[in-house]
Amino acid sequence: MTRLQINGEVRNADVPADMPLLWVLRDVLGLTGTKFGCGIGQCGACTVHLGGKPARSCLLPVGLIGEREVTTIEGVGATLAGAKVQKAWLGVEVIQCGYCQSGQIMSAAALLAGTPNPDDSDIDAAMAGNLCRCGTYLRIRDAIKRAAASR
Amino acid sequence: MEIIPARSIVPGEVADPSRREILKAGLAAGGALLLGFHVPLGEGRATQSHTSTHEFAPNAFIRIDRQGQITLIMPQVEMGQGVYTSVPMILAEELDAAFDQVALEAAPPNDALYGNPVFHIQVTGNSNSIRAFWIPLRKAGAGARVMLVEAAAQMWGVDPAGCRTNNSEVFHEASGRRLPYAALVDRAAKLTPPQDAPLKSVADFKLIGKPLKRLDTPDKAKGTALYGIDMLPEGVKFATLAACPVFGGRVGHVDDRVAKIIPGVRQIVVLDDLVAVVGDHTWAAKQGLDALNITWSEGPNARVTQADVWNQIRAASQREGVVAKTLGDAEKGLAQGDRMDADYELPFLAHAPMEPMNCTVHVRPDACEVWVGSQVVSRAQAIAAKVTGLPLEKVIVHNQLIGGGFGRRLEVDGVEKSARIAKEVDSPVKVVWSREEDVQHDLYRPVYHDRMTATLSSGRIVGWRHRIAGSAVIARWLPPAFQHGIDIDAVDSAVDMPYDIPNLRVEYVRDEPPAVPTGFWRGVGPNNNVFAIESFMDELAKKAGRDPIEFRRSMLDKTPRLKAALELVAGKAGWGRPLPPRNGRGVAVQPSFGSYIATVAEVEVDRSGEVSVRRIVTAVDTGIVVNPDTVVAQLQGGLIFGLTAAFYGEVTIDRGRIQQSNFHDYRMLRIDEVPAIEVHIIQSGEAPGGIGETGVTASLPAVRNAIFAATGIPLRRMPIDRDVLAERKSV
Repeated sequence: MTRLQINGEVRNADVPADMPLLWVLRDVLGLTGTKFGCGIGQCGACTVHLGGKPARSCLLPVGLIGEREVTTIEGVGATLAGAKVQKAWLGVEVIQCGYCQSGQIMSAAALLAGTPNPDDSDIDAAMAGNLCRCGTYLRIRDAIKRAAASR
Repeated sequence: MEIIPARSIVPGEVADPSRREILKAGLAAGGALLLGFHVPLGEGRATQSHTSTHEFAPNAFIRIDRQGQITLIMPQVEMGQGVYTSVPMILAEELDAAFDQVALEAAPPNDALYGNPVFHIQVTGNSNSIRAFWIPLRKAGAGARVMLVEAAAQMWGVDPAGCRTNNSEVFHEASGRRLPYAALVDRAAKLTPPQDAPLKSVADFKLIGKPLKRLDTPDKAKGTALYGIDMLPEGVKFATLAACPVFGGRVGHVDDRVAKIIPGVRQIVVLDDLVAVVGDHTWAAKQGLDALNITWSEGPNARVTQADVWNQIRAASQREGVVAKTLGDAEKGLAQGDRMDADYELPFLAHAPMEPMNCTVHVRPDACEVWVGSQVVSRAQAIAAKVTGLPLEKVIVHNQLIGGGFGRRLEVDGVEKSARIAKEVDSPVKVVWSREEDVQHDLYRPVYHDRMTATLSSGRIVGWRHRIAGSAVIARWLPPAFQHGIDIDAVDSAVDMPYDIPNLRVEYVRDEPPAVPTGFWRGVGPNNNVFAIESFMDELAKKAGRDPIEFRRSMLDKTPRLKAALELVAGKAGWGRPLPPRNGRGVAVQPSFGSYIATVAEVEVDRSGEVSVRRIVTAVDTGIVVNPDTVVAQLQGGLIFGLTAAFYGEVTIDRGRIQQSNFHDYRMLRIDEVPAIEVHIIQSGEAPGGIGETGVTASLPAVRNAIFAATGIPLRRMPIDRDVLAERKSV
């Protein structure tokens, strides 16, 4: 039995230690907000926070998580940066199909938590691992800046 | 909110079905005014040479309940294009409804309601939603408003002419009385719906034209929105699959000794052409699949390579095609003046929406349930019925949000495969494609080869021949629409090209590529034709010694909306202002999807052939704009989608297999590669045009022409070849 701390709750899952967190979240715990996109860490749709840092859950064996807190899109709104980002995302109307946006929001929230006033190169560095097929990138950049400016 | 099966909500039969009837009304279970109306979806092309029956068959419904909630039940699906907001806006406008009381539900498949199941297809595609709903939904909304006013007037014993409506209420000015729609539904439901309620004039619009917030995005930002891939019906198992890597190949032998002892693996399903592993979770299924030792019977396609594809289509393009359009005397026109020939090519492309292919199916002896995000929900139902042998009405399809469609969800191959797998499984099963499987078993944007010939006299084009060679996707997807050997999609934007040319011929040569299945891809036929035409126009302008914008402008008198867009974009882009060396601006115009768009791209090309797009400016006349923010978003996104194709988009086949597999070798544009994009909307009173695909069509030729301006190198195919731009290779 693997014991995980997810969004402030303790969750137990009877899964193999090498199973990526993504599938534990989606298939076992029913937290489907975290998305599967590529399975090889190329698209960022599965981004969660591990101890506050962004991590690709499709490549993260649950056995390696230990005591570190996991935050998913379902819980990130409880953090200051996450709430700001979600609000800015709607304010700028970033979202189209929305499938990649859980991962985009998680990456952006982690960026703002560590770098409260990111410049364009900070945004490029933090967000270039998150693909968006609908092409919402310009609005993602605007929304991050708006979130950073909000109090 | 529960969806009432569409058939049960049309009360009674129409005693005298009138060809003119557009609106049907009644009282729904639970107390709600219910209105049914018909939206001609997917008919435009199919009925060009056919007449469909005119029996009234509603395919969209409005329900106004006793709480005042107004629900539009519509057959269109949301896949990011914003129709779950913009379409209800049209209804709320004519109904004078409070927009926050308007909700939307996806209709269940209801082909049974259609007069002609061949032509009336429940489809979301071809940038069609706003165009299809514009008039029918306004008429329905206006009719409903008249009924609610009439109901209030009856209750008050006053003349309806003295009543007005606003924000979901009816007001009687003289007496100061008011009633919310919620209080009027029972009485209104007993009235005969008007068939000719007057529509608002554009000047009276309160919602249309305002940048309203989308209704679908708050749940998406919280991670609570559900896509097809998120379905978890009670008792669901998880599966993933491998189809034969060679198109058309079959399963030979499967050694499952290792796979079946992996913890969590429950079942191995071996079918003719694919193998699936079912497990307690996707991880077990994937590990099980990886552990299988499968010998494929690859079949004859195992010899097909990309060179075969190109050789075949290039040979096909040498043949005379079926004439799709002729003006004047093309032969005579091509015999005078300075002649120029150029061939253009586009590659295969996969759709690669961010949500990989998936479908959840539960097959029971007496019924089948399907959970999927589909652009063609009635086809999803039909294929599941065919696979299971169940009657149509025993197949329930729950359509879901789509995590990117781009044409991929116009196909039901995923539903078909999933239903075949589910037939072998005793529980609901969610089948999820790996990204590799998704990329390697798509129905691809076809390769195209366009042969362009034109003659110039006194700086103007006097003769024009455009021969398009490519797959006829229409012939497979909608056979009745494939008439006289012409794929109306493959020639779209070529037969209606915007320039004044006295002698013109457009030909189409159908060429189905070996092995590789083809399908619609965002931007469809116009992607190819606008790329070929606008690339060629730049080469002709250069030959004529004329400025690319001036050259085009002088031939756009018969297309004034496009001419105006071109003039606007020239100013906004600073056309003609000096640029540093190896920088250039390129222009492209298009009359596609009922929208008139002119686009200027600005690029820099370095000595190693790397291209940086600095800026894109686009001017659009898409008629009346329902939600301007959505129009801007669709153009931004479409342009970026096109840039991905220009920079990285190419799928190739070798030994019958697709060579690309995931985002490392089928790349997408990333945030650090995206240029500034400006969208300028032209005010217009014309009917709305389509917008979802237009940006894709615009960006390839604009960027290509900017590269031409920066380097003098006329690229003749996409994606951009850095070796050519670095002059390591010739065009």
